[in-house]
Amino acid sequence: MQGGVVIRVGSGGGSESGSMSTVSREDNMVVSSEDSSYPDESELELGLGLSLGGGFKIQQVSRGGQYARILTAKDFPSVVSADASSSPSPSSSSSSSSSSLSRANVTAGTKRSADSVAAANGSSQVVGWPPIRAYRMNSMVNQAKAVATEGFKSTMENHKNETSMLEKRTIGSYQNSGNSKLRKSLFVKVNMDGIPIGRKVDLNAHESYEKLAKTLEDMFLKNTTSVNPVGSRVREHEVARPSKLLDGSSDFVLTYEDKEGDWMLVGDVPWEYV
Amino acid sequence: MESSEVNMSRDSSELDESARGSSSPDLALERVLSLLKSHRDRSSVSLVCKDWYNAERWSRTHVFIGNCYSVSPEIVARRFPKIRSVTLKGKPRFSDFNLVPQNWGADIHPWLVVFAAKYPFLEELRLKRMTISDESLEFLAVSFPNFKALSLLSCDGFSTDGLAIIATHCKNLTELDIQENGIDDKGGSWLSCFPESFTSLEALNFANLTSDINFDALERLVGRCKSMRVLKVNRSISLEQLQRLLVNALQLAELGTGSFSQELTFRQYEELESTLSSSKNIHTLSGLWEAKGLHLPALYPVCTHLTFLSLSYAPLQSGELAKLLAHCPQLRRLWVLDTVEDEGLEAVGSSCPLLEELRVFPADPFDEDIIHGVTEAGFVAVSYGCPRLHYVLYFCRQMTNAAVATIVQNCPDFTHFRLCIMDPGQPDYLTNEPMDEAFGAVVKTCTKLQRLSVSGLLTDLTFEYIGRYAKNLETLSVAFAGSSDWGMQCVLTGCPKLRKLEIRDCPFGNAALLSGLDKYESMRSLWMSACHVTMDGCRQLAREMPRLNVEVMKEDGSDDSEADKVYVYRSIAGPRRDAPPFVLTL
Repeated sequence: MQGGVVIRVGSGGGSESGSMSTVSREDNMVVSSEDSSYPDESELELGLGLSLGGGFKIQQVSRGGQYARILTAKDFPSVVSADASSSPSPSSSSSSSSSSLSRANVTAGTKRSADSVAAANGSSQVVGWPPIRAYRMNSMVNQAKAVATEGFKSTMENHKNETSMLEKRTIGSYQNSGNSKLRKSLFVKVNMDGIPIGRKVDLNAHESYEKLAKTLEDMFLKNTTSVNPVGSRVREHEVARPSKLLDGSSDFVLTYEDKEGDWMLVGDVPWEYV
Repeated sequence: MESSEVNMSRDSSELDESARGSSSPDLALERVLSLLKSHRDRSSVSLVCKDWYNAERWSRTHVFIGNCYSVSPEIVARRFPKIRSVTLKGKPRFSDFNLVPQNWGADIHPWLVVFAAKYPFLEELRLKRMTISDESLEFLAVSFPNFKALSLLSCDGFSTDGLAIIATHCKNLTELDIQENGIDDKGGSWLSCFPESFTSLEALNFANLTSDINFDALERLVGRCKSMRVLKVNRSISLEQLQRLLVNALQLAELGTGSFSQELTFRQYEELESTLSSSKNIHTLSGLWEAKGLHLPALYPVCTHLTFLSLSYAPLQSGELAKLLAHCPQLRRLWVLDTVEDEGLEAVGSSCPLLEELRVFPADPFDEDIIHGVTEAGFVAVSYGCPRLHYVLYFCRQMTNAAVATIVQNCPDFTHFRLCIMDPGQPDYLTNEPMDEAFGAVVKTCTKLQRLSVSGLLTDLTFEYIGRYAKNLETLSVAFAGSSDWGMQCVLTGCPKLRKLEIRDCPFGNAALLSGLDKYESMRSLWMSACHVTMDGCRQLAREMPRLNVEVMKEDGSDDSEADKVYVYRSIAGPRRDAPPFVLTL
């Protein structure tokens, strides 16, 4: 049984509340440090190399435009369409993902089929939370796409090493400042399969993969305040064991998504390149 | 009791059409009763005596069915021979949040087949959370020559092809309202399907469709439909195009703009402003996607007579909102994003003394790093300025018991109190205590409360309060709350008017479920998911209450004994015959 955590660079993109899937038995922890075209942009944009047509206007309320983008199997266009009506699986929640989701992610990223994703109680009790209609969620995603900050510049093309595609800038900033590149921290979003509320981790605040893994364990595999233990049933299966995320003995695996949309196992590349 | 569902179980002998009643007093009574519009009144009337029952059923032209599985179309048609307007609701509300799997049901088609036979003069169909296919839309379009109004909210299963068919065939269409559906948007050509000879449209809402439509076709359509009073376009319509539409539709009462962010020349802006000044009938305004502070002043002339303003897709900041609201003294209903923050809500409090309804949606519900949005302070500020407030939907990240107590003290007339503290199980952030006293204050003070959604860290005490004080409560939504079965028991034994109870992720189990045995038949439905109910408990419920449908949906990988999702509802139609394999009827 594997769990999944998705780490994303970029904070953009929202999903409707219900597209968060639960932890299925085949989930993997996925760390995605995708190349984000816009600092506050949906990482859904990445693999498509989308331009949002018409240039990017400075959003006066930049922070209002982003959503945590939680990658779930349902987000993949091959199993989900842009509206709730065509999800094929009867056991999965209907989900409307942004149609901008990278197709590259589909083949590379998904570790479970949409069919196996079901809104279980327990670890995924925040599926469908907060209670906002799918349509509204998607609308905000679409708006976020259209109002990316102008200050962003993509430097990914220059990088040969896929792990160095993490830009040295604060992705977590919601202020529309043009000097985001001056910041030293490198926040990436981490999502765990089945838990729609992601967390931000400053990669530059960690010195090694071990430290990062420890932080992630603390964040995700212990009871956090954001998860109500009351409803939790499956959590017993996910008790964290120290430093097991990296050596394969945990139920979860750390992976990330590179700019090509391929899922990579964390740890292959020396930490300094991260 | 709002629908005829329960009443239909009695007097089944009365369903014979020929037993109409022979004497003229019945016809006079029918005439009188035909003036009754409220379905609750009608339900009451039908219970008086046999004659009144008959008179009522012959005079009823609109039927409201809150749960499509509570009754069958055949039963409806047998009892009410003269229906021209149908409102149907299907899936449990939590399907809006993807808690109900796809293909669950609530297919309109069997209804349409019966209606085509029994109500050939059907004029209106309003659906919420139903599944409707393009084939069904086609069937609708060709079966009902007098069809006038179609409203689809939160439905799925259809595409814009279906809309094209409606536009092509429904010659008498007055209303086409497509809202927040899971629609397969294949393109905007459907709008061009309205024939050039077609002039009857009064209400058109395609705001939630994404594809571009043919603007010329829309312009001509609006131009020739002189009775149009509701026009809500989608984001593909620019400001310039909006102006061109408005100039030919100055009679509009409800306007939904398209994208509000086009770069306008000065002249264009002036034209827009001038046209809006002439639109003196607009009382409802929505849309405003990507609205920029720059263009909002063009709206000021409209704002003076606005009663309903929806900015729920316009991420305004506090200053922009404040400036806009300063021109909206008549506002009764306001929907905003939490980008306006507490400061923006202060402006609400100071500018809109007549406000009755406020909805604050989160612009970014998932990102934990967000430290913005609204807090308890904004809500309190509104409550001081808007004593008439009775409907609130508020998404926030922090709240205190004291704030809520103040709020309801200022606004004791709440009928709908929906508070969503977005972090599940979060306590009062100042005292770290549960939010029990907050909701206690709500139910104690707001005696007219009909609908309540709770959130935050809550113990059974909250539910004790609800059961003890919420005597008019009809709808209760609970998530991540409670400590034991006792909580749910309090509600089930205490709230006499409870009709809908939806619960998720709470520690309520079989004892709680079974404590409502006496209650469920007087309710529309119960939903429990991710609680501690087991299959045995559900089976017991089903055994003891044969007139209830007890349906369970299990999750992949859950224990055999766990009843992951439970949906219980009264029905005179018996168990579902169209249930998919994952819905187990016990």
